[in-house]
Amino acid sequence: MDSSNPVDIIHLENVNKFFGTFQALKNINLTVRKGERVVVCGPSGSCKSTLIRCINRLEEHNSGTITVNGHELTDDVKNIDAVRREVGMVFQDFNLFPHMTVVKNLMLAPKLVRKASRSEAYETAMRYLERVKIPEQADKYPSQLSGGQQQRVAIARALCMNPMVMLFDEPTSALDPEMIAEVLDVMTDLAREGMTMICVTHEMGFARSVADNVVFMDEGEIVEMNPPREFFDNPKSERTRLFLSQVLSY
Amino acid sequence: MSFDMALILDSIPKMLMGIGLTLQLLFLSAALGLALAIILLLMRISGRWYLAAPTMAYIYIFRGTPILVQIFIIYYGLPQLEFVRDSIFWPILREPFGCAILALTLNTAAYVSEILRGGVLGVDRGLKEAGAALGLRAPHRFIYITTPIAIRLALPAYSNDVISLMKSTALASTITLLDMTGIARTIVAETYAPYEIFISLMAIYLILTWMIQRSFGWVEKRMSRHVREEV
Repeated sequence: MDSSNPVDIIHLENVNKFFGTFQALKNINLTVRKGERVVVCGPSGSCKSTLIRCINRLEEHNSGTITVNGHELTDDVKNIDAVRREVGMVFQDFNLFPHMTVVKNLMLAPKLVRKASRSEAYETAMRYLERVKIPEQADKYPSQLSGGQQQRVAIARALCMNPMVMLFDEPTSALDPEMIAEVLDVMTDLAREGMTMICVTHEMGFARSVADNVVFMDEGEIVEMNPPREFFDNPKSERTRLFLSQVLSY
Repeated sequence: MSFDMALILDSIPKMLMGIGLTLQLLFLSAALGLALAIILLLMRISGRWYLAAPTMAYIYIFRGTPILVQIFIIYYGLPQLEFVRDSIFWPILREPFGCAILALTLNTAAYVSEILRGGVLGVDRGLKEAGAALGLRAPHRFIYITTPIAIRLALPAYSNDVISLMKSTALASTITLLDMTGIARTIVAETYAPYEIFISLMAIYLILTWMIQRSFGWVEKRMSRHVREEV
């Protein structure tokens, strides 16, 4: 719970991103400190996902600088590797490797990237499976799990690499309503333990209770960024107010 | 027209004496063809035009021309070239068996590399992104994520190609090889009983096809354990 730590982990400066002639990101400036929890919201098509996908280079930005824990993202593969070692990611569609059991999903990257031994990787995997409360599913295949369980496995898989930052790209959007809570619980636990996270989500309750800052994006721009109380109770911009009235209306 | 049962019973064991050769042609060219197909695939998806372009030309030529013509060119054509006769491959290319293997290999490799490419392209982009996000480099992603999934996707089409290759081995009989079809043609030439002999021959090929199908069915079932719901 130390959001007072002043160290910047993620720093984006004047970042622009184009898909062909379409400008997806417009002059993005964003700084995330160690331990900070940032929720990114906004209407669909506002390129929230593109923003966080640039942070671990799943998308390439066209101009501006992105720095993660001192490593600037360039074409240099070494820097990209360094950034990806610090940054874990959870996807909307889980993206578990379907041909591997749950525990093998968790062991793959530590073995290949961290050069962990089999037994080390296994121990780490089981520790994180326990943390997301499904150690008994270790030897099943992803297709045998519910959506909520799969997403918890995906979170555990990212945690096995011991990242400094976690990116969540709409982690509950593909889930049935009754499974959203179990995933949000895991994410809330993570936040309470001081994990730095950026979370693209429509779960406004989660944003209100967990976030240090809420970012509102529209048409590729950061329109507004404020602590949740300020953001929800006293939105500055007309666009934010309109968005909030739509998502909070029922 | 009467159907000579005794002739069938007499000729089936004779034709079966050629099954060894048929299977050798099948297994050797399937194995070599698969190896070549993997090389072609890697060249094709390398993203480098000077590797991809020759591969596309190769595939276009070998898929776009009859395999019988390819066999003839290799068997009748290559020995005309002096450097072929002088090369270390001459002992192989001098023999019709070597020529048949070469032709079948080159032909099947063109098809199989396209089948494999279909599998590779079919792998969900999200899975590769998940691998990248975990810090896996491209070669590791290809080996541990793309390849196993692509194999499962390509398997049904690949089993079709093996059956097709098995049938193509019959063409080896046109360059003097006595595989099952070669023997059948010899018997027909002696007995003037094409009906009985060729229908028996068909039956033998059908049994081979059935065995190939069953084998691949077994492999597919084993390899898709992960999508079967276990109780």
